[in-house]
Amino acid sequence: MPGKLKVKIVAGRHLPVMDRASDLTDAFVEVKFGNTTFKTDVYLKSLNPQWNSEWFKFEVDDEDLQDEPLQITVLDHDTYSANDAIGKVYIDIDPLLYSEAATVISGWFPIYDTIHGIRGEINVVVKVDLFNDLNRFRQSSCGVKFFCTTSIPKCYRAVIIHGFVEELVVNEDPEYQWIDRIRTPRASNEARQRLISLMSGELQRKIGLKVLEMRGNAVVGYLQCFDLEGESGLVVRAIGTACTLDKLSSPAAFLPACNSPSKEMKEIPFNEDPNPNTHSSGPSTPLKNQTYSFSPSKSYSRQSSSSDTDLSLTPKTGMGSGSAGKEGGPFKALLRQQTQSALEQREFPFFTLTAFPPGFLVHVGGVVSARSVKLLDRIHNPDEPETRDAWWAEIRQEIKSHAKALGCHAVVGYSESTSICEEVCILSASGTAAVLNPRFLQDGTVEGCLEQRLEENLPTRCGFCHIPYDELNMPFPAHLTYCYNCRKQKVPDVLFTTIDLPTDATVIGKGCLIQARLCRLKKKAQAEANATAISNLLPFMEYEVHTQLMNKLKLKGMNALFGLRIQITVGENMLMGLASATGVYLAALPTPGGIQIAGKTPNDGSYEQHISHMQKKINDTIAKNKELYEINPPEISEEIIGSPIPEPRQRSRLLRSQSESSDEVTELDLSHGKKDAFVLEIDDTDAMEDVHSLLTDVPPPSGFYSCNTEIMPGINNWTSEIQMFTSVRVIRLSSLNLTNQALNKNFNDLCENLLKSLYFKLRSMIPCCLCHVNFTVSLPEDELIQVTVTAVAITFDKNQALQTTKTPVEKSLQRASTDNEELLQFPLELCSDSLPSHPFPPAKATSVDYSSFADRCSSWIELIKLKAQTIRRGSIKTTMTVEKASPVGDGNFRNRSAPPCANSTVGVVKMTPLSFIPGAKITKYLGIINMFFIRETTSLREEGGVSGFLHAFIAEVFAMVRAHVAALGGNAVVSYIMKQCVFMENPNKNQAQCLINVSGDAVVFVRESDLEVVSSQQPTTNCQSSCTEGEVTT
Amino acid sequence: MTSELDIFVGNTTLIDEDVYRLWLDVTDAVALRVRSGILEQTGATAAVLQSDTMDHYRTFHMLERLLHAPPKLLHQLIFQIPPSRQALLIERYYAFDEAFVREVLGKKLSKGTKKDLDDISTKTGITLKSCRRQFDNFKRVFKVVEEMRGSLVDNIQQHFLLSDRLARDYAAIVFFANNRFETGKKKLQYLSFGDFAFCAELMIQNWTLGAVDSQMDDMDMDLDKEFLQDLKELKVLVADKDLLDLHKSLVCTALRGKLGVFSEMEANFKNLSRGLVNVAAKLTHNKDYSLGPAVCGTLPLRPLATQRRAVLPESVFSVCPLPRWLPTPGPLGPLHGHPPRLPPAPVS
Repeated sequence: MPGKLKVKIVAGRHLPVMDRASDLTDAFVEVKFGNTTFKTDVYLKSLNPQWNSEWFKFEVDDEDLQDEPLQITVLDHDTYSANDAIGKVYIDIDPLLYSEAATVISGWFPIYDTIHGIRGEINVVVKVDLFNDLNRFRQSSCGVKFFCTTSIPKCYRAVIIHGFVEELVVNEDPEYQWIDRIRTPRASNEARQRLISLMSGELQRKIGLKVLEMRGNAVVGYLQCFDLEGESGLVVRAIGTACTLDKLSSPAAFLPACNSPSKEMKEIPFNEDPNPNTHSSGPSTPLKNQTYSFSPSKSYSRQSSSSDTDLSLTPKTGMGSGSAGKEGGPFKALLRQQTQSALEQREFPFFTLTAFPPGFLVHVGGVVSARSVKLLDRIHNPDEPETRDAWWAEIRQEIKSHAKALGCHAVVGYSESTSICEEVCILSASGTAAVLNPRFLQDGTVEGCLEQRLEENLPTRCGFCHIPYDELNMPFPAHLTYCYNCRKQKVPDVLFTTIDLPTDATVIGKGCLIQARLCRLKKKAQAEANATAISNLLPFMEYEVHTQLMNKLKLKGMNALFGLRIQITVGENMLMGLASATGVYLAALPTPGGIQIAGKTPNDGSYEQHISHMQKKINDTIAKNKELYEINPPEISEEIIGSPIPEPRQRSRLLRSQSESSDEVTELDLSHGKKDAFVLEIDDTDAMEDVHSLLTDVPPPSGFYSCNTEIMPGINNWTSEIQMFTSVRVIRLSSLNLTNQALNKNFNDLCENLLKSLYFKLRSMIPCCLCHVNFTVSLPEDELIQVTVTAVAITFDKNQALQTTKTPVEKSLQRASTDNEELLQFPLELCSDSLPSHPFPPAKATSVDYSSFADRCSSWIELIKLKAQTIRRGSIKTTMTVEKASPVGDGNFRNRSAPPCANSTVGVVKMTPLSFIPGAKITKYLGIINMFFIRETTSLREEGGVSGFLHAFIAEVFAMVRAHVAALGGNAVVSYIMKQCVFMENPNKNQAQCLINVSGDAVVFVRESDLEVVSSQQPTTNCQSSCTEGEVTT
Repeated sequence: MTSELDIFVGNTTLIDEDVYRLWLDVTDAVALRVRSGILEQTGATAAVLQSDTMDHYRTFHMLERLLHAPPKLLHQLIFQIPPSRQALLIERYYAFDEAFVREVLGKKLSKGTKKDLDDISTKTGITLKSCRRQFDNFKRVFKVVEEMRGSLVDNIQQHFLLSDRLARDYAAIVFFANNRFETGKKKLQYLSFGDFAFCAELMIQNWTLGAVDSQMDDMDMDLDKEFLQDLKELKVLVADKDLLDLHKSLVCTALRGKLGVFSEMEANFKNLSRGLVNVAAKLTHNKDYSLGPAVCGTLPLRPLATQRRAVLPESVFSVCPLPRWLPTPGPLGPLHGHPPRLPPAPVS
C-alpha cells in the first residue's frame, strides 16, 4: 500500500450554460481514481463555481498509481432528471511519482467533452504521498523516468546506456464491442479514451520494470504508439532506450570539475547517491553484480584512469593498451570485452536515440530497414499478445541481421511503425547500423570527463563516416574513397542515416529538406490476395523511393542524408511512400557528381536535342542549388587530394584496429571521379516523368530553410522566437481512372503546396528555418489522401549566420595545410592548438547509403529482398569545418553556474518538436506528457465543416497539453510529437470523428538573457566557458 | 484534385493584421489581397493565398465568440496569443467608423435599426459586414453596462478592456442611445461624432444622476430629472430685461478676445440666449432632447458642474466666463476641427 493520492477541487470558470431557464449551471464534480469516487457539493447557479473542496484522499497501490489516470468529471445537477455531464479532465499522475520531477499538479485544466470540445476550466490540486517499497518482486516501477527526447536530456548525464526496451499490450477496442451499439457516442469515446490511458499507464509501468531489471533509472527516446486494428483489437506498444542517468544537479559542483577533472571524478559517484533509484533496485544481473562487487574506491580509480588515457594517442584500441599499467587499466579492458560481447549477445542491440554523447558513435554503416505485411486476426487472449510480439521480434531480428551484414553490432536511431488498412497491416522498422563505443554501455565509466572524450574523439571527427564493413566483401556495391578529412580511412560516396547530424560533424554550406514521394495503384482485394499484392509492390516502392532520394540529393549537390524516415502507407486501392530526410554536404565525403541523362535512341536528332536541353536544365539546377545552400568546398584541397595518397598515411591506417580488412590498399583513382556522373537513362515515359518531377521541386523562398532534423546544418545562431505548428490537408482525388503518374503528380503537388503554404504563412518570421519537419501520410478512404505536418519555425540572425559559416571554412583551410605537414600522431595537440575554441570534441556518427529491407509476409509469401544501388563516385577535397557550438550548447555552458531563475513568462507555454529551446536553458524535466483525445461531432456543418472541426480540435489539444504542462509547473514541452491524427468524416450524416495522440516532455526553461544577468556577476564564468563547452551535449 | 480539408494551427495563434482588418469588414478577402500585390511580393500562388485567407478567417471566426466578451479572451486557454496582440484584436474589433456612428447615434439599438443597416451601408459606403459588427458592438456594450452602477467609462473599460479613448467614445454612444437624442436632423449634420461625444461626456459628468453622487445607486446614463426641472427657471434670463443685460455683459466680458466670432456673438446675443434658454427649459420633454446636444455642443457647460442646484441662477451666469476649452481642445478633438463659430440659431 505504498501511496496516498490527494485531490482538491478548487473552482471552475467559464462553464457552459446548462440550464436554459436561468442561463446558469448547478455544477458539481466527481473525482474518480480506480474504483473510488468522491463528489463535491453542488454549487448552485453559477458559471464560475467556487467549490473549495476538502482534500479527497485515495489510498492506492503504486501499481495503480502508474496505470490509472485521475478522472475528474464535472456535472450539472438536475433535481428531476439524470445529471448532465459537462465534461472531463484526465490527469496522468505519473510525473508525481518520481522524486526529481513535479511535486504537485495544480492549475486550470480545460474541461473536455468528446462531443462539445472544451467547455470551461477547472482548478485542481493533486498531490501524492509515496511510501518507499523495497519489495523486489513488486509490480510497479515508480521512479523510472521517461523522456520522449531522443538524446540524453539536457540536464542529465548518461552514466550507462543499457539499451533497447520494448513492450506491447493489447485489448479489445471499445468501439467494436457489442455494447457500442447501444451506448451513446460520448460513452463510447470516453471508454476508449480511458482504456488507452490505462493501457499507456500499464505499458509504461511494464517498461519501467524492464528498466529496473537492467538496473537503469530512465528511458530515453520513449516512443509509444497505438494501432487501431479495428475488429481485431487495440494495440499499444512502446520502445525506448534504457539508461542510467545522473542529474547534473548542482552547477557549483560542476563548474570546478571542468577545470580539474579529478575533482569531478569524485563528484560523480556522490551525485549518484541522492538518487534512490539506482539503489532501490536489488541486485539482479550477473554483470551488474560483478561490477558492484568491487569496492567503491575501485570505481573511482577507474574513472581517474580515464583521465590518464587522454595521453594515449590511438583511438579505441589505444584505450586498453595505452592505459595498461595504470591503475584500473587492465580491469577496464576486461570489462570492455565483457560489455562488447554483452552487446553482441544482447537480443536487440538497438537504440532509439538519434543524438549521442560525444564519442558514443564510432562508425555508421547505413540505413537498415525491414517491413512485413501481416493479416490481422482477432486477438483472442489479450493477456498474452504473442502474435504481435512474435511479429515484431521477427522484424527486429531481421534488422539485426542487416546491421551485421554491414559490419555493425548495433542499430541507432531505431524506430517502428505500422500502417493498417482493413485487415492488412504493414509493420516497418528502420534504423542506422552503427559501431558503438562500448564505454557507454558498461558500468562505472563516466563520459562526463572532458579529457577522456578529447582523447577518444578528436581523431574520429570524421570517424563516423568511415565504413565499418569489410571493403573487399562489401554487402552492396558502392564506391569507396579515402576520407576527405583524414585521408586515411575509406568512406562511401553517399551516406544515408536515420539519426541527427552529429554536432561535431564537418558540414559545408547548409542543409535542406529532401523528400521522395511516390504512389502506386493497387487492385482492391481481400485478405491474403491483398497482402500478396502489397508485398509484391513494396520492394519496387522502396527501390523507387530510394532512387528518388538519391537523385534529389545529387540535384542539391549534397552527399549525405540525415534523419531519413520512409513511410509506406497502405490504402484500399493504393500504396503511398513518403521519405523525408535532411540533405547535407559532409566534408569528409566526396563531392557528388552531376546527373547525366542518357537516351536509349541516340539516332533521333530532336530527341537528342531534347535530352541535351534536359541535361542543361539539370546542370543549371545543380549549380543554382550549390549557390543557394552555400556549398562551396574549398578548391585548394583538390590538388592535395588529386595526388596519390602519401605513403605515411596508409601506414597510419594500421593504427586503427577495427574494420581493417587487409594491408593491401586498393588504388582509387580519385582524380577523375569527379567526371563520373550519376546516369539517368530515359528510355520511356516513366523515366521522363521522373526527370520532370526532379525539376519541379521548388526551393524554399529566400530567407527560409527547412530540415527534418533537430538542428539545421550550417545555421547556429538561433534567436529565441519559435512557432510550432500542425498543418493538415486532405485532398480528394478527382477521377476514378487514375494512373500512377497522375497520382504521383497529385501527391507531389499536395506536398509542395503544403510547404509553399507554410512558407507563406510564416513569412513574417524570415529569416527562419523550419526544423523537425515531420510529414505523415494516411489514406483514410478510397479517394482521400491526408497529409499531416508538424514542425517548428525558428528565427535566426542572418548576418551572424553568414559570418559563422565562413569562418569554419577558413579555419579548415588552415587546418588542411597543417594536416598535410603534421603526422597523425599528434592529433590532440594539433587540434587543440589550431582550434582552441573548438566547442565539441567530435564523436557522433552517421551512416552509409544503403537500404536493405525485406518484406516478410507470413509464411506463405515469398521473401523478397532488394538492394538499392547507387553508382557514383566523386572527388574534390574538402577540409573539415568546425561546427560551432549549437545554440543549446551556447546556452548551457555559459549558465551552468547560474541559479535557476523564476519563470518570467508565466502563462505562456512553448511547444517544440525539438529537444531544446533556442536561447534558453532547460533546468528541469517534469515528466512525460502522453495524451490521447477523441472528438466527435454530429453537427459538422454547424462547426464550420471538416476544416472548422479539425482546426478547433487541434487548437484544443494544444490547449490541453499546455494546461497540463503549466499545472506541473512547467513552461514548455520539448520533443513534442503528434503521433497519430486519425480523421474520419461522413458528410452525408453531418458527422466526423478524430483521434489524436500527442506526447512530449514537460520542462522548465530559463531564458538565457535572464541568466546572463546573473552569470555576468560571476567573473569566473567566462574563463571557464571554454572548458565547459565540451560538456554541453552530454 | 480538390482540397477537402486544409488547416494550419500554431501553438502561438498566428495573426496577420492585414487579414484581420479585412476580416472585420469584408466576407471575401482573397480578391482584395490579390489586389494588394501580395502575390508579387511573396511569389506565392493564388491557391496559397486562398488557403491562408481561409485559415485566418476560420481562426478569427473562432475568436469572435471570445471577442464578444474580451475578458474571456484573456483567460481562455485555447488560443495562445501574446497580450499585446490580444489588446490589438480587441481594440480593432471594437473600432468603428465615424460615418457609421453618426447614422445610428441616438437611435434605439433595436432590431428595427438593424434592418436599416443595408441603407446605411449603401449611404456610407461601409460594408454591410462592418456595419453589422459595429452595430452589434454598440448593442452588446449597451446591454452589458445598461444596468450597471458606477462610472460608465470604467464599466465599459472593465468589461470590454478597451483603451481609454475608445471606452469614452462608447460611453457617449451608450449615453445617446439610452437617452435617444436625435442627432440625425439636418441642422445637426455639420457636427461630427467627436462633437457629440464631447457633449455626452460633459452631460455625463454634470447632468446625470451619477454625476451628482457617484455613491448613489444610479448610474451615469440617465439625466437628472430634478436638474432638468430646475433648468426651467432659466426663463428669467430671457423674460427679465435686466437679467438679460446683466447676463450679456457678463458673458461678453468673459469671452472678449477669446472668441473669433465675438462681435457676431455680441450682436446676436439676445437671440442666442433665447434659443439656449428655450432649449434648456424644454429638456424635460423627451422630444426636445434633439436640441440638447446642439446646445451643449457649442456652449461651454462644464462649469455647471458642481453645486449647480444650490445656486442655479449663478451657475447659469457663470456659464459664460469659462470658454477656456475652446482654444485648447480636449481629448475628443473633432469638435475643434470646426472653426469657432456659433451654430445657426436653434430656435424658430
